[in-house]
Amino acid sequence: MRRGTRPSVAALFSASAADAGLAIVFGLIVGAGLMLLGGFDPLAAYRALAMKAFGSPYNAGETFRQATTLMLTGLSVALAYRAGLLSIAAPGQMALGALAAAAAGIGLPPVPVVQPVIGLLLGAAAGALWGALIGTLRAYRGVNEVIAAIMLNWVALYGVNLLIRFGLADPANRQRTRTVAETARIDAPWLSDLFAHARLSYGFFLAVALLGGYAFFLHRTRLGFELRAVGQNPVAAALAGMKDRRLVVAAMALAGGPAGLAGAIEVLGVYGYWTVSPTLPAAGFDGIAVALLGGAGALGTALAALLFAALSGGAAGMQFEVGVPPELARVVMAAILFFIAAQNLTRGLRERLGRVERRNARGEEAGR
Amino acid sequence: MAEPIVSLRGITKRFGDFVANEAVSLDLYPGEIHALLGENGAGKTTLMNVLTGLLRPDGGEIRFRGRPVRIDSPEVAYRLGIGMVHQHFKLIPPFTVAENVVLGAEPRRGLLFDRRAAREAVRALTEAYGLAVNPDARVGALSVGMQQRVEILKILYRGADVLIFDEPTAVLTPQEVREFLAILKRLAGQGKAIVFITHKLKEVLAVADRVTILRHGRVVDTLPAAGADEGLLAEKMIGRRVRLAPEKAPARPGPVVLELRAVRERRTGQDALAGVDLALRAGEIYGLAGVDGNGQRPLVEVLFGRRSAEGDVRLFGEPILGLPTKALLERGMALIPEDRHREGLVLAMSVAENAILTRYDRPPFVRRGILRPAAIRRAAAEIVERFDVRTPSLAVPVAALSGGNQQKLIIGREVARRPAVVVAFQPTRGLDIGAQAHVYRTLVALRDAGAAVLLISFELDEILALADRIGVLSGGRIVAELAPEAADEETIGLYMTGRGDVRHGDAGRGDSGGDAVRRGGAGRGEVGSGDDAGQEVAGHGGADRTDEEKAGDGR
Amino acid sequence: MSAAFGQLLDITLVFSTALVFGAVGGLLSERAGVIALALEGYMTGGAFLAAASAYALERLGFGPASAYGALFLSMFAGALLALVHAAATVTYRADHVVSGVVVNFFAAGLSLFLVKLFFAGAGQTPTLREGMLSRVAIPGLADLPVVGSALFRQYPTTYLAALAVGGAYGLLYHTPLGLRLRAVGEHPEAAETLGVRVRRLRYGAVVASGAIAALGGATVALTTTGNFSHATIAGQGFIALAAMIFGRWHPFGAAAAALFFGMATGLKNVVQLSPWARAIPTEVIYMLPYALTLLVLAGLAFRSTPPAALGRTDEAR
Repeated sequence: MRRGTRPSVAALFSASAADAGLAIVFGLIVGAGLMLLGGFDPLAAYRALAMKAFGSPYNAGETFRQATTLMLTGLSVALAYRAGLLSIAAPGQMALGALAAAAAGIGLPPVPVVQPVIGLLLGAAAGALWGALIGTLRAYRGVNEVIAAIMLNWVALYGVNLLIRFGLADPANRQRTRTVAETARIDAPWLSDLFAHARLSYGFFLAVALLGGYAFFLHRTRLGFELRAVGQNPVAAALAGMKDRRLVVAAMALAGGPAGLAGAIEVLGVYGYWTVSPTLPAAGFDGIAVALLGGAGALGTALAALLFAALSGGAAGMQFEVGVPPELARVVMAAILFFIAAQNLTRGLRERLGRVERRNARGEEAGR
Repeated sequence: MAEPIVSLRGITKRFGDFVANEAVSLDLYPGEIHALLGENGAGKTTLMNVLTGLLRPDGGEIRFRGRPVRIDSPEVAYRLGIGMVHQHFKLIPPFTVAENVVLGAEPRRGLLFDRRAAREAVRALTEAYGLAVNPDARVGALSVGMQQRVEILKILYRGADVLIFDEPTAVLTPQEVREFLAILKRLAGQGKAIVFITHKLKEVLAVADRVTILRHGRVVDTLPAAGADEGLLAEKMIGRRVRLAPEKAPARPGPVVLELRAVRERRTGQDALAGVDLALRAGEIYGLAGVDGNGQRPLVEVLFGRRSAEGDVRLFGEPILGLPTKALLERGMALIPEDRHREGLVLAMSVAENAILTRYDRPPFVRRGILRPAAIRRAAAEIVERFDVRTPSLAVPVAALSGGNQQKLIIGREVARRPAVVVAFQPTRGLDIGAQAHVYRTLVALRDAGAAVLLISFELDEILALADRIGVLSGGRIVAELAPEAADEETIGLYMTGRGDVRHGDAGRGDSGGDAVRRGGAGRGEVGSGDDAGQEVAGHGGADRTDEEKAGDGR
Repeated sequence: MSAAFGQLLDITLVFSTALVFGAVGGLLSERAGVIALALEGYMTGGAFLAAASAYALERLGFGPASAYGALFLSMFAGALLALVHAAATVTYRADHVVSGVVVNFFAAGLSLFLVKLFFAGAGQTPTLREGMLSRVAIPGLADLPVVGSALFRQYPTTYLAALAVGGAYGLLYHTPLGLRLRAVGEHPEAAETLGVRVRRLRYGAVVASGAIAALGGATVALTTTGNFSHATIAGQGFIALAAMIFGRWHPFGAAAAALFFGMATGLKNVVQLSPWARAIPTEVIYMLPYALTLLVLAGLAFRSTPPAALGRTDEAR
């Protein structure tokens, strides 16, 4: 079954920089309003947030660490979108990627370089496989990819929990995996030192490189060309000889890779283990917000990842300094996303503010 | 006549800069069938959407029974007794006939929906107006003709005295058209005022009392139908007859390039392929005429690997049925699609990228999976120049181009592939006259260069102007093949509407043979609903089918 | 054996009540053409407001009546969140799925934000005592053998959920409003030309869906957990969505699917019933609703067709 097409998504991800900027401002205003209602000083809170996010080398480093994850999950969503698909599979893919990397870090012979590379590849492959499964359901069984992803996210979560408890569990704490071997880690000590021992790893460079490669992939490769064509007009693409169904599977698989990688980096570059969890990793869902705000472009996604990393990382500072519950950051993120999603609303406001010339919104209503 | 029931005074409607209706005035009397005639885009539908409250006019006045009224929603129109049957039916397939009819004005019993009352009300209407249809049938299972009756019942149920039909016969089989025209007369006979939007002159002359002709949003004339003839109406409708037909030398047909034998689909129905036989030669333009919805789209989809069918399709003698689209393109098939936005272009991609859309994966545009922007730009620039595509640059999204330039880009793209077979489906749809002439010239040039051109069009003029050979597609089969010299609008029209089908028909039943077979497919949902069409199917569906096939194979 | 059956039935009802509310709510929204991905958010909002207001009412001395007051109030949380979803999808034509994700985000963030705000930085609302709902026996019926206790000595929310199912069925299939609602979900243009107020109906359906789904969240807080934290709903909204799809967008089907999923979830609490059941890891049971739903969607179990206009944002005007 198909749950309808959604032409509005196309408009959604094409958010211009102005739209995005406006959405951020509105989002912060919503947050400020809530803080006022709670009796806090929003300016002080936002200042504390910024300080916590970027105020010291360590803080900045930790923000970059979180941005690493968000860049990858954002890239995942962006890539799928370019092929006309909305992927919300990143949370499950992250968990699977983390597990695969943990397995490699625990089980493989401790050979430096080889072990982490295999671990990262396995993580990406786990995410890609999961994506391919969703793509197959979509292309060959007509299952809407969003619903498939929701269902498979939970299957992945419980599957990972199951595998941790019955295979990789730490004997001392059955709620987490054993710690990966030192040889499996991708730490970048020099970088970490630069940022006062923030948990930065080579994963950061990997994420940046992938985003750079993403732009090249989209515009300069045959597959990128095909994905864009299928994403924007599947009918015309099929009539031009593209294998539309296979491309859907390919797109979802490709999109799954970075999400799996995000999980793998969390294990090999940050925590060294993965835990049983009742909930899906939030960073996976945040990828949607990142890609939306970033207009599904490489640079936009990177900047949006940084912003959301700062928001969630800085929230603790807000709590510490001003007493604002850190969940406010998530409310602000939701509000930003809302204003991006309801672009007609922000457009309307912009027009009313008289700042922007009226865009002749698909002026072809003329009909016959 | 008495006073008009509806009177439109100086209605003007604009969409941005485009004036769809300009100072249109029209009177409508009870008991008359008033034909609204005009070409596509003349403003007929816009005018009626104004009258039914779907659009608000920018100027002018509507009087209803002599009093000025404001119709700013469909509800108001319904309350006044004005109802419209849209070209695309607005029915809810999973609902029953009765539910569709009463929706929005449901009979109630207390708080509950009174299903029995709804059924009875519909039954009463079907009897009063002779519109046999089973109130309990699911609308999705009904034939198009039956669905149209449901649409009529919907507005009659609301007590409409003014009934507007937007191109009602476009989707009907000839048999259904005859039934429909009879219904129109019956409704008018009971005092209803009827607006009949169409561009089919014969139907106008057959049933209309008066005709109003619109051109470019303005009323050209209103005149009694009695005494008018097709030539007069056509001239008023089109204005100065523009001769678009290019000068062309006689065709020098080569060998058969593309051959279809008994191509049919598993499904049945008016629009399903029911055994197409066709041999297309190099160096000729084969014009496939026909009413929309008689198998044109399925045919194109089969030829380009987007739909499965039985039978045999050969390109240069090799079977190609079932090959993927890419393989077909590589073997020399090219398509100029009907709907360029949906099928021909990726609007958000650049002019350059669209210019290589059908050969993006071949050298020199790609090497080891990496695109070569310089080669792409070069090829695009060549097409743009050769085909006079007006574009600010190669990098702008193709959506920024006008329709005519988009079409030129598509044609240029396909020509650049040096195709052996070009299928042009409605290649001038929505184009202005200049762009049309350009398309025509290109098709003839392609022919002269030795390509086989299959021109599929709903516009008879276009077929007559270009084709070296003419086939008529009706009910998913080619019912006649004619030389252009032997073809005039009248003859082709007869074949198009199935009435020219006598030579294949059963002698005893004359012209109804072909219709009945097709109804056999379309009428699935009606069997048991007790209507006349259903009985006709039961009468002689099966036997005729085989007759038809034999006749088809023998050609 | 019959005791075990009664126990299983009882626990099934307890665990599925919230899902039934969610599924019925989702159904109303989707039948009107608006994708109900925000169910999780509605239920989260409902659970939060129920727990918080029950605690407040408890403190104000309302005793056991607090729970009923909280149940009522919880609907406003869902309705309010649904209003956001309706505004985004109906008025501003936002993509339904994205809007749903946003509302879920919003509900989770806002409710925890408010918990911390009201309860001095705590991660959950204080545990309720007399503000919890207690079981109500229906005289006579509750004493029936085997099933009596399980069916008729239940929480009031369970009776209410049964009522919601019947009410939704009656509304959808036996009232003019229901006919219009379904028409709007199938073919909004057709409905509009017949004078049906498409937008108004959609707003109504979505807001009602939020209120009803919120009752599901309240059910969890007031009958099972006794407080609200980030783990109170944890995916039950999505299971409810799955139940609605599994139940083919029909109230009885959705309720049956919710009961089945509720049983699956409840099973883990009665695994002591048999040794073989104990051998199944809880994760497998947790996975079951999602995996089964996928099978259905993939057409491997049976086909179901969603409302034709579901998720569309491009209709006329």
